[in-house]
Amino acid sequence: MTEVAESVAGRMPAASRTRRMAGGPRLRRLVPALYIAFLLVPIYWLVNMSLKTNEEIVSIFSIWPKHPTLANYMVIFTDPSWYSGYINSIIYVVMNMAISVTVALPAAYAFSRYRFLGDKHLFFWLLTNRMAPPAVFALPFFQLYSAVGLFDTHIAVALAHCLFNVPLAVWILEGFMSGVPKEIDETAYIDGYSFPRFFVKIFMPLIASGIGVAAFFCFMFSWVELLLSRTLTSVDAKPIAATMTRTVSASGLDWGVLAAAGVLTIVPGALVIWFVRNYIAKGFALGRV
Amino acid sequence: MARITLEGLAHSYLPAPRGPEDFALKQLDHVWEDGGAYALLGPSGCGKTTLLNIISGLIRPTRGEIRFDGQDVTDLPPEQRNIAQVFQFPVIYDTMTVYENLAFPLCNRRMAPRAVDARVREIAEMLDLGSELRRKARNLTADAKQKISLGRGLVRADVAAILFDEPLTVIDPHLKWLLRSQLKHLHRRFDFTMIYVTHDQTEALTFADKVVVMYEGEVVQVGTPDELFERPAHTFVGYFIGSPGMNILPAEISGDRARIEGHELPLGAAYGRLPAGARVEIGIRPEFLSLARAGEAAGAAVPATIRAVEDVGRYRIARTRIGEHEVAVVAPEDGEIPSDGACVVFDPQRINVYADGHRVQEGG
Amino acid sequence: MDKTWNNKGWFFVLPVLALVLFSAAIPLMTVVNYSVQDTFGNNVFFWAGSEWFEELLHSQRFHDALWRQFLFSAIILAIEVPLGIGVALAMPRKGWGVPVCLVTMALPLLIPWNVVGTIWQIFGRVDIGLLGHTLFGLGLDYNYVRDPLDAWITIIVMDVWHWTSLVVLLCYAGLVSIPEAYYQAARIDGASRWAVFRYIQLPKMHRVLLIAILLRFMDSFMIYTEPFVVTGGGPGNSTTFLSIDLVKMAIGQFDLGKAAAMSLVYFLIILLLSWIFYTVMTNAGAERGRATGGEGGR
Repeated sequence: MTEVAESVAGRMPAASRTRRMAGGPRLRRLVPALYIAFLLVPIYWLVNMSLKTNEEIVSIFSIWPKHPTLANYMVIFTDPSWYSGYINSIIYVVMNMAISVTVALPAAYAFSRYRFLGDKHLFFWLLTNRMAPPAVFALPFFQLYSAVGLFDTHIAVALAHCLFNVPLAVWILEGFMSGVPKEIDETAYIDGYSFPRFFVKIFMPLIASGIGVAAFFCFMFSWVELLLSRTLTSVDAKPIAATMTRTVSASGLDWGVLAAAGVLTIVPGALVIWFVRNYIAKGFALGRV
Repeated sequence: MARITLEGLAHSYLPAPRGPEDFALKQLDHVWEDGGAYALLGPSGCGKTTLLNIISGLIRPTRGEIRFDGQDVTDLPPEQRNIAQVFQFPVIYDTMTVYENLAFPLCNRRMAPRAVDARVREIAEMLDLGSELRRKARNLTADAKQKISLGRGLVRADVAAILFDEPLTVIDPHLKWLLRSQLKHLHRRFDFTMIYVTHDQTEALTFADKVVVMYEGEVVQVGTPDELFERPAHTFVGYFIGSPGMNILPAEISGDRARIEGHELPLGAAYGRLPAGARVEIGIRPEFLSLARAGEAAGAAVPATIRAVEDVGRYRIARTRIGEHEVAVVAPEDGEIPSDGACVVFDPQRINVYADGHRVQEGG
Repeated sequence: MDKTWNNKGWFFVLPVLALVLFSAAIPLMTVVNYSVQDTFGNNVFFWAGSEWFEELLHSQRFHDALWRQFLFSAIILAIEVPLGIGVALAMPRKGWGVPVCLVTMALPLLIPWNVVGTIWQIFGRVDIGLLGHTLFGLGLDYNYVRDPLDAWITIIVMDVWHWTSLVVLLCYAGLVSIPEAYYQAARIDGASRWAVFRYIQLPKMHRVLLIAILLRFMDSFMIYTEPFVVTGGGPGNSTTFLSIDLVKMAIGQFDLGKAAAMSLVYFLIILLLSWIFYTVMTNAGAERGRATGGEGGR
C-alpha cells in the first residue's frame, strides 16, 4: 500500500501526494491511453494513405508508406475545384459564427436577466430547433433559398446553419451570463453607463470565455455539417466536404487524393482545438458545472 | 482521545527536495497534549494545512514520525487513525439526508445498524441537529453543513483528535461566534483534543488554550494567548498578533541599555553578548507606549513626529515616526495628543530584544 | 438568480426571433403544407388531409426505420455513457497529460461528418483498411458491405469513436469542479472507491451527464451523414435510419407528401423525447438552484 503510494507520490508533483484512492494507478493511466489509441489509429490510417500513391494503396498493404509522396496534397493545392472548397467552407463557417453569436448575445441577456411574457416557452421553442433533424429541413431550405435567389451562396449556408447554432449559442451564453452577478449591471447603471456602452465595455469582457465557447461550438457544428451545406450549394459555394463526396463517385478510386483531402479537413479543427485547449473542459460543460 | 507526538517532522511537496527552501514544512517537534484545545495560527501558505493533513494522514511526511499515544501511525491511512477533520468549505454528501451523512462513516466500517442508529441520534442531539435528521443535507445552511461535517467525525467512537481547517470561513459573522462557543462547549464537555487552523488571530486567541504560531514552514512560538502578546518569541509573532502589531526598531544593545536612532533607552533587564553580526532589534507593543510633550516626559522617552491619528472607538492609534521608522502608539480616547514637539515614552519592562528575528533571553 | 419581470426582454429576443422564423418556421410551414397535399406534378396540388400520415403510420418501411433508429440510439447511449464516464474518471487531473488528453479526445468531434464516414469506410475495408485487413487476417469473415451485422458493428464502433469524447469532456468538466476536500473527507470517513463514485462524483456529474445524454440522444437520432457514407443504408435496408430513409424518400423518390408527413412525425418524436429530458433537467436544475442559492440556469 505505502509502496505504491510512494511510487505514485514520487512521480506526481504537488497536492497529489495525498494518496489517491484510484483502482490502481497503472490502470488509471492505461484507460485514457487505450482510448486515445483507439481515437488516433483510424486517423493515422488516413494520414498514412494520404502519403501513398494509388498503386501502393491497392497493391501492397503496408503499415507505413514505403514511398512517401506529397503528390496527393499537390493535387489539392493546385486544383481550384479542390482548394476553393476549403475557402468556401471557411467563409460560411465564419459568417455563421458571426451571425449566430451576434444575434444570440442580446437574446441570452434577456433570458438570463428578465422574466417576460412567454419566456420559458420561447426558450424551449428555440431549443427545439436544435433538435430538428437537418434531413427534415433539407428540401424546404432548398426551395426557400432558391425562391429568394440565395441558392449556391455562402450566406445561404451560413443562415441555414443558424437553425441549430443560434439556439445553441443562446443556451451557452445564457449559462455563462447567469454566472455574472446582477449587481454588476446595477452598479454600471448607477455609474451612468448607457445600456449599449455597459454591454460592450463591461458585460462582454466578463463573459468573454462564454463568447469564445459559443463561437467554438458554432464553428464546430457548422464545419462538420454536410447535408444542408451540400443541398444548398452547387458550384460557387460548394464546401470541401461535398467536393469530397463527388470526387469519390466520379473517379471512384482516387484513394490517395481522397485521404489527403480528408486529412486537410481535420487540420482546421485541430488548430482551433489547440487554441482553445485550456477552455475545452469548462467549455464543453457549457458553463453549467 | 490521544496525545499526539510529532518528532523530526518535515515535508516537501517536491519528489527530491534539496535545500530547506524546498520544504513546505521544516523541522518540527511538538507534542499535542491529550484534551488540549490548540489553535494553529499563521498567514496563508505557512504550512498550517500541510501539518494538519499530515496529522490526519492525508499526506505522508517526507521525514519524521507521528505517534498517537506512543503508537507510530506515520504509515496508517486516514481511515485507520480515528481523526475527524472539518474543512474550510462544508463537505457534505449532497444526495444523502442528514441522518445518512452522519451514519456514513459507521456504515463504511460495517457497524451494526442498531449501534449506528443509536450513535447517530446521540451525535445529532449533541450538535442540535436532532430535528433535521430527515432533511436532505444539501438544502441546509452553511453552518448546519459544517456541523454535519463535524458530526461525521464525532460519530466514530474514540476520536483521537478533531482537526479544523479554517472551518468558519464561509459562515455568517453572527453565526461564527455562536458556532465557536458551541465548539468550546463541546470541548469542555467531552475533552477532545482539538487542533484549529486559522489565520485569524481573534479566532485563535478566543478558541484556544494554547496557540501554535507558524511562519514559513516553522513553528515560531507555542504559548498561551498572554504569552504570545507579552513575550513574542519572534518578531513575526509580535507583528502578526495584535492590532496594530508590535513596533520593531533596529537597536544597539549593551547591558541594560538600548540605543535607537541616537537615543539611549533603559531596558528591563541586562543582556549578555549578542551573537556577532546578527541583526539586532527591539520590539514593543503599541499598548506599552505613550505620548508626552518633549521636556515633560519622564524616563525612557524618544522624540518623534506624529503623522496621523486614527480613532478606532475605545482608543486612538497615533502613527508616529522616530527617525526613519514608523511607530504606532495606542493613546487613550480622552488623552491629549501633542501636535508638535512630542516624544514617545517606552515602558522598559515591556521591551523585548531580538537577534535575527528571534527573541533574546534576558541575562545570559 | 431573481429575475425582474420586464417585457423589454422581447426586444432583445427580436433578432433571434426574426432569424429563426426565417430559417425554421417558414421551411417548417412548407413541410406542413406538403404533408397535407398531393400532387401529380406541374405544381398542381390537391388537399390530401391526413392521408399521408395514415399511410405513413401503417407503413412497414417506416416502422422498420423507426425501430432501427431506436435500437441504434439505445445501443449508442448504453455504450458511450458508461465508457465516457469511465474514461473521464481515469483521466489525469494535472500535469502534461491533461492538454494531451483534451486535445486528442476533442479531435474526432471537429472532423466533418462525411470525413468521419470516409475514414471508417476506408478503415474497415478488407483490401485497403487496417481494421478490415486485420480482422480478415485473424480469420474473421468481416465485410460491412455484405453482412448486416458487420455493418451495424462498424457503424456503432464509428459512432463510439466519433462521439464518446463529448461525454468524456462533459464528465471531466464535472469532475474537475469537485474540490479536493471532498476526496479527503471521504478518505477520513473510510469510504470505498465505489462510495466515492456513487456519493461524490456521480452527484457532481449529474447535470453535465444530463446534457451529454440529451445531446447524444438528439444527435444519434438524427444521424445521417456518417452511416450514409459508410454503408449507404445497406446492405439491403439494414442500416437505413430515419434520416436516411427520409432523404431517400424526399430527394431520391421525390415523394414529397409522404416525406413531409414523415418529417413531421420524426420531428415530433424527437421533440417529445427531448421535452421529457428537458423537463427532467429543469427540475434537477431548479432543485440544485434552490440548494445553492441559485447558480442560475435551466
